[in-house]
Amino acid sequence: MSLFSTTKRTVTRTASAILLAMGFATAAHADMDLSGETVEWVIPFSESGGSAKWANFYAPLLAEALPGEPTVVVKFMPGAGSTKGANWFQEQAKADGMTIFGSSGSTQFPYLLGDPRVRYEYSDWNVVLASGTGGVAYLPPDMAKKMDGLDASGLQGEDFIYGSQGATRLDLVPLLAWEMLGLSVEPVFGIKGRGDGRLMFERGEANIDYQTSSSFLKGVAPLVEEGKAVPMMAWGALDEDGDIVRDPTFPDMPTFKEVCDATDGCETSGEKWEAWKAFFIAGFPAQKMVFLPKGATEEMIETYSNAFKKVHARDDFAEISKKRLGVYPQMTGEQAAATLKQGTQVPAKAKAFVVNWLEERYGVTLK
Amino acid sequence: MDLLATALPALGEAFALILQPRQLMFLVLGVLLGLSVGVFPGLGGIAGLSLVLPFIFGMESVSGLALMVGLIAVIPTSDTFASVLMGIPGSSASQATVLDGFPLAKKGEAARALSAAFVSSLFGGLLGASVLTFFILVARPLVLAFGLPEMLMITILGLSMVAVLAGRVPLKGVAAACLGLMLGTVGEAAAGGSLRMSSYDTPYLMDGFKLVIVGLGIFAIPEIVSLLRQDRAIARDAALGAGWLDGVKDWFANIWLSIRCSVIGVIVGVIPGLGGSVVDWIAYGHTVQSAKDKTGFGSGDIRGVIGPESSNNAKEGGGLVPTLIFGIPGSGSMAVFIGGMALLGYDAGPQLISNDLDITYTIVWSLALANVVGAGLCIALSGPIAKLTTIRFTLLAPFLFMMISFAAFQSRQSLGDLVALFGIGLLGILLRRFDWSRPAFLIGFVLSDQAENYSNMANQIASSKFRRGFDAGIDYIASPISLTLLIIIIVSVVIGIRQAKQILPEGAVETGAKRAPMIFLLCITAYLCVAWYDAFTIRMVGDKIFPLTVSSVAIVCCVAMLVQMMRAEETSPLFADREAGGEDAQAPHGLWGTLAWFAVLLMLSALVGFILALAVFLVTFLKVRAGLSWQRTLMLSALGIGFMCLMAGVLNRDFPPGLLQDYVDLPWPFT
Repeated sequence: MSLFSTTKRTVTRTASAILLAMGFATAAHADMDLSGETVEWVIPFSESGGSAKWANFYAPLLAEALPGEPTVVVKFMPGAGSTKGANWFQEQAKADGMTIFGSSGSTQFPYLLGDPRVRYEYSDWNVVLASGTGGVAYLPPDMAKKMDGLDASGLQGEDFIYGSQGATRLDLVPLLAWEMLGLSVEPVFGIKGRGDGRLMFERGEANIDYQTSSSFLKGVAPLVEEGKAVPMMAWGALDEDGDIVRDPTFPDMPTFKEVCDATDGCETSGEKWEAWKAFFIAGFPAQKMVFLPKGATEEMIETYSNAFKKVHARDDFAEISKKRLGVYPQMTGEQAAATLKQGTQVPAKAKAFVVNWLEERYGVTLK
Repeated sequence: MDLLATALPALGEAFALILQPRQLMFLVLGVLLGLSVGVFPGLGGIAGLSLVLPFIFGMESVSGLALMVGLIAVIPTSDTFASVLMGIPGSSASQATVLDGFPLAKKGEAARALSAAFVSSLFGGLLGASVLTFFILVARPLVLAFGLPEMLMITILGLSMVAVLAGRVPLKGVAAACLGLMLGTVGEAAAGGSLRMSSYDTPYLMDGFKLVIVGLGIFAIPEIVSLLRQDRAIARDAALGAGWLDGVKDWFANIWLSIRCSVIGVIVGVIPGLGGSVVDWIAYGHTVQSAKDKTGFGSGDIRGVIGPESSNNAKEGGGLVPTLIFGIPGSGSMAVFIGGMALLGYDAGPQLISNDLDITYTIVWSLALANVVGAGLCIALSGPIAKLTTIRFTLLAPFLFMMISFAAFQSRQSLGDLVALFGIGLLGILLRRFDWSRPAFLIGFVLSDQAENYSNMANQIASSKFRRGFDAGIDYIASPISLTLLIIIIVSVVIGIRQAKQILPEGAVETGAKRAPMIFLLCITAYLCVAWYDAFTIRMVGDKIFPLTVSSVAIVCCVAMLVQMMRAEETSPLFADREAGGEDAQAPHGLWGTLAWFAVLLMLSALVGFILALAVFLVTFLKVRAGLSWQRTLMLSALGIGFMCLMAGVLNRDFPPGLLQDYVDLPWPFT
């Protein structure tokens, strides 16, 4: 990357931002004016997580798009697996339009599983943005050979080791998926992030792994090129009717649904499947959302929704977001509200199944 | 030669990129920002990086990198000020520096200690960068050779340093280390999420204690309270002895030590997952073991400063390897750095080395260059800043209490932070009083998480490999690297035990009556028994085995000591008690009265919020305890509060709110 091309990119980026800002200045008259204000974007995780990357990506863009171009600062409030920050947002955040909150799958899962620390209620909040993502499971080449096309039954006799952050985290989606395929996967708990899981895979200590889409593109795709890893399946994406279809970022990879259909003993209907699907939706297509607190006015909600729409309408948005977020829907307005519903309202049966499964399979209880 | 052919052109390009006036300006700007943030304990790289992150987007990429790298590079350099001058470990990188640095300051040789530390840092940083320039090209397979068993071995090597630092009674040192390990297990277990010594009703404990708070509580509070009781300056007789030039000479006289410790720093830094927490202890242990005359360690041996400081900057360089070639950050600030790189359009990962080698080198050498600028500035500053140690300590103490409370509050932004700081501070005071090795305790705490996780995970994987076949299992656990490390551990423990009695990491302590040390030991034993029972009731084996084993070992040590105490004379080192004689016993002010001042600050904060409490505290303290005139009291208090607000304002940090804030909405900074 030469100096010249980066400078040029910066210039075009700035120029297009200015043009956009001018274009929208007239259209945004109905919104509140935030000039000179400071908007705090609270992230209930530490500075080093995926949510931090996501918020740091959006923050400067949001600042440009909000009327009056306020300063947007990302504020980190980690603790208690993100429930601390979410409880704070529920109980103490002021609905003055200056505080927004970014939640993630890790905030949704405790809520769905009835974690006793949860004192927040998603239906009280006002969603203004929903960002989706996807995930890909992959194998070492010798294991991948044992798969017969989409049929994974060749893998059923093998011993698998998987580096996991914990069974109640997002990892429950891959763990349940592999179990449904009849694979005997032994999770090694206690790693600090999915990156550590990938390292265990590279060192040959683990022989099955999954990564979210952006991490897969960055960390695993080079391994695939070198022939050290083979993608097994993607979790998939949701279409308009709420059905699972191929992931737009990985159109050539089969979804878990396809692999499950082709494998003996795995069913894409019934209690287990419904439970997997419900938690998959909460963890991936509806992974990250931005909220205004309880009691926010229509005007505020409108202002922020419009600002995010404006960000998505940038000419360069597709280009800059592709690398950082992957090709996934960035939803505002009614679409975001629908995603919120899918991500936070799990059928009671699915919840009961997962709670029971966690206890029986891993001895994990949330009491 | 292939290596050279790839490296040299990219290296040339990298230098062409860095050595531009504009880039250098941003680098220096980063260094200055890093210095101003880094001197405050508990803030460090993350706070500094978060400060510049909003401006990174849209910046020209080399300037942005220079700014961020400059900032990161000086943090392990600048935090030396706090650890040498005040005995406050500013970050995990300067824990071991406290052991000899602070006694040197007390001798009036702060400038010497500081400049020796900075030259060592500078040298370590440069050596690290040179090694990395070539190593980064071939590092991948080597780094991948470090699996879980190897990392466990390095963790144990870190723990084995307890043998050197245990103090006069080895059993006490082991018990102190176990106590540290146990404190590290409090909260949600990393593996299965079982709760240890906490429940869902105590959310604060569930997250466990943070290093900042434990470091401040164990080292800073006991020292501050002890100095405050004596009502004098940090440097005895308020006079300065050896100056900064002596420090430079000291470094040169120990250049081989500096080289060895830098190499240790690079190697440990390169391994992902270990982070910086062990490196300075391993370097300190090595320094002590390789020294011929060991009697001065702990009471101000300059080598005890040179060793750890050489390693900690070299480690920053080494830490770039996992960060850049695997995209796995070695520390919190590296994680934020990766985020910043993404804002500039670069993704850390294998492709960075193959596609953007010039950018990689830009980062490596910006780090080295920033080290030179930062260390140079720090050396220049060390003379004037050392004068702080001649000020009457009673005038410094209230501001130190202010700083550490604020620093502790950054860890979790909860009032619980202040309570934890006070509680652990009290424990630190008692450990110091009864001569339980505080370094051993801290090593235990720092390595607790890694020791537990790596042993559980390595065990699980090894059993799976053994199921596949005996050979596969043995290959996994008994790799050449593991075996080499095992030998180093054994040698280090044997040498350590032989020599431990000569080394007094915290100076000599008087002995006195039997009652107080015995009561303290009984309290510790009681806590360990409760912790043992708590671990026993956990259902998941993976979550219970570690605390159960460690507390069992600790209980055995404690019981053995109790038995020895029954038989021993009052003059036995078992009954070490600083209140029985020496400086502490003769201090004009009592321990509890002095500690009460700090307690008042915390309690007022809980009632009316930090800033209001601070106002009351500063005015009362300066007027009553320090006996200043009203005019000076008010002026100093206003300065202190103004400074606090400025810093929190710039860094966008909150203050601890109190009960009052629940009922009344107050404007910032009173919220």
